[in-house]
Amino acid sequence: MSVDTATVAKIAALARIKVSEAELAAMVPELNGILAWVEQLGEVDVSGVEPMTAVIPNHMRLRADVIDADPLTGGGRRDAVLANAPAAMDGFYGVPKVIE
Amino acid sequence: MADLTDLGVAAIRDGVAAGTFSALEIAEAFNANVAAASALNAFIIATPEKALEAAKATDARRAKGEALGLMGGVPIGMKDLFATKGVQTTAASHILEGFVPEYESTVSQKLWDAGAGMLGKLNLDQFAMGSSNETSYFGNVISPWRRADGGNAAMAPGGSSGGSSTAVSARLAPAATGTDTGGSIRQPAAFTGISGIKPTYGRCSRWGIVAFASSLDQAGPMARDVRDCAIMLEAMAGFDPKDATSLEMAVPQWEAGLNPDMKGKRVGVPREYRMDGMDADVAASWDQGIAWLRDAGAEIVEVSLPHTKYALPAYYIIAPAEASSNLARYDGVRYGLRDLPDGAGLQDMYAATRAAGFGAEVKRRILIGTYVLSAGFYDAYYTQAQKVRTLISRDFAQAFEQCDVILAPTAPTAAFGLGDKSDDPLAMYLNDVFAVPASLAGLPAMSVPAGLNREGLPLGLQIIGRPFDEQGVLNAGLAIEARAGFAHRPAKWW
Repeated sequence: MSVDTATVAKIAALARIKVSEAELAAMVPELNGILAWVEQLGEVDVSGVEPMTAVIPNHMRLRADVIDADPLTGGGRRDAVLANAPAAMDGFYGVPKVIE
Repeated sequence: MADLTDLGVAAIRDGVAAGTFSALEIAEAFNANVAAASALNAFIIATPEKALEAAKATDARRAKGEALGLMGGVPIGMKDLFATKGVQTTAASHILEGFVPEYESTVSQKLWDAGAGMLGKLNLDQFAMGSSNETSYFGNVISPWRRADGGNAAMAPGGSSGGSSTAVSARLAPAATGTDTGGSIRQPAAFTGISGIKPTYGRCSRWGIVAFASSLDQAGPMARDVRDCAIMLEAMAGFDPKDATSLEMAVPQWEAGLNPDMKGKRVGVPREYRMDGMDADVAASWDQGIAWLRDAGAEIVEVSLPHTKYALPAYYIIAPAEASSNLARYDGVRYGLRDLPDGAGLQDMYAATRAAGFGAEVKRRILIGTYVLSAGFYDAYYTQAQKVRTLISRDFAQAFEQCDVILAPTAPTAAFGLGDKSDDPLAMYLNDVFAVPASLAGLPAMSVPAGLNREGLPLGLQIIGRPFDEQGVLNAGLAIEARAGFAHRPAKWW
């Protein structure tokens, strides 16, 4: 399968990355080169093979059902959470207006 | 006395404990080397005050007769992918420029708890995506090595842990942290004549490491010899409830278990790794490695890893797919860069922020990942790649029925020049052909220096082990190290 300019523009929109026309034109052959190369996976007979889910056998754990079991990642840390926000205000994240 | 910056982890730890020198003297010596090496661009920021502070704490503990820890008095470089509280953490990206974490990664905290100090945050490929350290927003790292032809062509230090490899090789740090997603510890170690180990997936906590491909990312040490790697890995590893894939297993005493005697061990040599047109020096160094391990008492057996040729294409579906998901968090809202054009709405802000904040290789991988996960293509690409991954893992399991460890080259060539491959993504990706299979299978794997090629550049040998058998990997590495007697170092030009 290969991609054209319109497809790459659609992927970029899905990925929320703005690309110029010139960037799009450059990306199309690059992505097609990579996609043509990964196509060879289609040669592999995978009948009866399950897709990998966990590379090393492990079990899912549940944390203790305790509020703020880990104080570092628990609640009550608003200022720390907002410390790196580019436009925090009044204890919230600031974003452009989304409702007219 | 020899220059203090020629000492490794074990020598520093033991010398500080014995009072041969103070931790402060060590920190000052390495701080001076870091400050004098800006031409290498190995560090994004230096933190000499952190190194001094930790050294003073170690000296104070010694004065009181307290235990100094596994890494007591050892200053290290920290790859700038580990969140460090109060110290900028960028993943070598513009989008995280100025990001100052409110918390410390588990691995870095363990190292400080073990008595290590931080010399600074090391440069890397942006979001750890690259094999030459040419994708950093903060400029290329220059390898301290040069070809023996008398020229001064700038060589790649490998990637993504290129700041780490350069710092350790150039004696700016006795050791450094690395992370390995598809070879990012082993390939830079090989390019710069040092050692590095990626442990079994889950040994080191991923908590607080900027995520690239979560099913592959593993932290590990990079140092100048096998013993130093064993010590530092002990300090880094261990169960962490904050990482859902952390292994709930005790950390073995890898240093105490070091043993270069390979009697009774079987070393597998995978026939599929001997590729057509293989670099003659790499092939010769591999043959030399086989002879060294035979000399150490091992039995050499040929093994087969039939799906080897599919590992790299599978990796370049799985890793970008995970990256596209992981990097969705950079939105210009919660942390990092925000680009808000005049009159832009929320969606425009996301797109403008990510366009301005990500480099070309990062965008390329996000787009590939988005495409292979998109409706209609998911099964053909992503599910197929995950099935192939199962087969690759099965290949290793079957090979390990016939052998204890596998020996292979680390990389298909020695270091290449900066700029030689940066225009061709596929040529760059092929550099990880020998490293990626062990990553896909989650296996412990290490690179140790074997010798120099005809251009005077280092070559590495890779040892791959069974799950959880870091000890077997380290021991085979030690057997090679003892016979290689690799004492080459880059001539100082910086």
